[in-house]
Amino acid sequence: MGYIIETRGITKRFGGLTAVDNVSMGVNAGEVVAILGDNGAGKSTLIKMISGVHKPDEGTILLDGKPMKLESPMDALANGIETIYQDLALAENLNVSSNIFLGREKTKRSLGVLNVLDHEYMQKESRSVLDRLEIEIPSLKNTIRTLSGGQRQAVAISRSIYWQAKVLIMDEPTAALGIAEQKKVLDLVKSLKTQGIGIIIISHQMYDVFEVADRIIVMRRGQNVATRMVSETTADEIVGLIVGSETVKR
Amino acid sequence: MPRPLMPHDTSTPFVQTNTGKLLGRHWALFFLLGMMVIFAFTGPGFFEVVNFQNIIHLATISILLAVAETFVIITGGIDLSVGFVMGLSSTLAARIMVTLGSTGMGEPLLIVLGTLAGLLVAFIPGFISGTLVARFKVPPFIATLGMWGICNGITLHLCDGFLPIAGLPSVLPRLGNGYLFYIHKGQSFTLFKKPDYIPDERVRELIRLVPFSFILIGAVVLVFWFILHKSRFGQHTYAIGGNLDAAIRAGIDVDRHLVKIYMLSSFLAGLAGVFNVFQTGIGNYTTFSSMYELFAVAAVVIGGASLLGGKGRIVGSMVGVLVLAVLKNGLAISGVQPFVRYIAVGVLLTFAVIIDQLFPDLF
Repeated sequence: MGYIIETRGITKRFGGLTAVDNVSMGVNAGEVVAILGDNGAGKSTLIKMISGVHKPDEGTILLDGKPMKLESPMDALANGIETIYQDLALAENLNVSSNIFLGREKTKRSLGVLNVLDHEYMQKESRSVLDRLEIEIPSLKNTIRTLSGGQRQAVAISRSIYWQAKVLIMDEPTAALGIAEQKKVLDLVKSLKTQGIGIIIISHQMYDVFEVADRIIVMRRGQNVATRMVSETTADEIVGLIVGSETVKR
Repeated sequence: MPRPLMPHDTSTPFVQTNTGKLLGRHWALFFLLGMMVIFAFTGPGFFEVVNFQNIIHLATISILLAVAETFVIITGGIDLSVGFVMGLSSTLAARIMVTLGSTGMGEPLLIVLGTLAGLLVAFIPGFISGTLVARFKVPPFIATLGMWGICNGITLHLCDGFLPIAGLPSVLPRLGNGYLFYIHKGQSFTLFKKPDYIPDERVRELIRLVPFSFILIGAVVLVFWFILHKSRFGQHTYAIGGNLDAAIRAGIDVDRHLVKIYMLSSFLAGLAGVFNVFQTGIGNYTTFSSMYELFAVAAVVIGGASLLGGKGRIVGSMVGVLVLAVLKNGLAISGVQPFVRYIAVGVLLTFAVIIDQLFPDLF
């Protein structure tokens, strides 16, 4: 199998607690994998290892089949692994294009010696990525503060896409949104899928998961207890697996 | 039957209309202009080029400190040490000039060395407070309060208690208070220095235009305006103040950036200190009652910055400095008791914060 991102037997311990225990999983290009589990099941720790925040104690992470060491979130970003956290990490006092380019601003030479921010270029590029994802934001010069929750989520997603994400990790992408905006974000996830990006979603919303995911991984007490194709399972079975009442069949 | 909506239910609140936004955004500027109109009537000699020139010349130090404070406040911090770092640079520069002078060194060289020492020493307190803030997570208020005390102590040691350091080259105040143009009406016109036939005591007969301090102010404001509003460094400064986590996750080296910000602030305070030597011709310690740091913070806040970070502009801070400077000058010329000024500054500050709350998305 040619997983775009894969973990092999990764384990993370915090003192005496094994947060993630020997988990192997993988995501194909153009596939949406949902990670489900109760609070404390180890979902966040798992994705934090993939996004370079935590270093695994054991096991390996492979990108395009090649093992790699992620020393920091910057390493992950440099390798095309983008993470959108629940709080989105946008600077509310800056405008849309400044956020898309945050930390990687484009500058141009002015007067031969000075590096000046190239707002024109950044606005143009931002507009084109937003258009590609069919996201409507009236003015890129508006600060994030003036945008709705869904628009902010869309800006965060566009930022990842613009920087050539191969793998996109989304932590509770619809949690803070209204119904209409949830649908827009889910549509966006579907369109990202067609662009060949591997997507990992953590969500508590069973409806979202069945709407966009291809595969579901259920975690319990740090372990990967079940993997199901969405087309071959039901919400009842998944809930059973999460709480541990369902017998686990691997 | 449904009751008809009252008309005011559908109308936009005043603060969201274009007029409201314009007034909210530029209230300090309008206040400044209004104040000037009033003082033009109440203060004899207020509305004159020479007086305006004086106001700005005397505000040089406040302008440098406000530029420094603007950067720090945008990151969500505060630098309480600027006033005493200024004193440290001023006394150290003077002490070195005096010491070197006693060895018989030539004036130009000792002035250059003293100036360099005054400028360079300022990086040290900034480096220390920046490191404390960034790496040891000491709140900026405390970190810079530490430097506030330490710099003041060292300064007082340098001037043997409370004695300003005198005995400096007499060319210093001539440079610090020089003008670009000297005009003797109908008689002569000279550049850089007064015509020789006019003795010092008759210097007021000349029309003196564009003090050298304007060149310093212009250069500093232009350079730091560019850094804040046009460069990547400035963009990161806003990002850190707007959302620290976002800045970290976007790969900005926040710790390093904060150290640079406090060093920049401290350096500008040092520049103000050295300028002070050139302006007064002596090395001055900073008195407690001068409260340079608090007036700098006040100017920046009146100029539209928020102590919560993420907001503030160089031009706004300059308007803030001018509001305070014109207020001081105008009230004095109008013969108002000096304490009124403190009340006015207090009222203005409160007003600035209320405006900030009313218009969260301005600036």
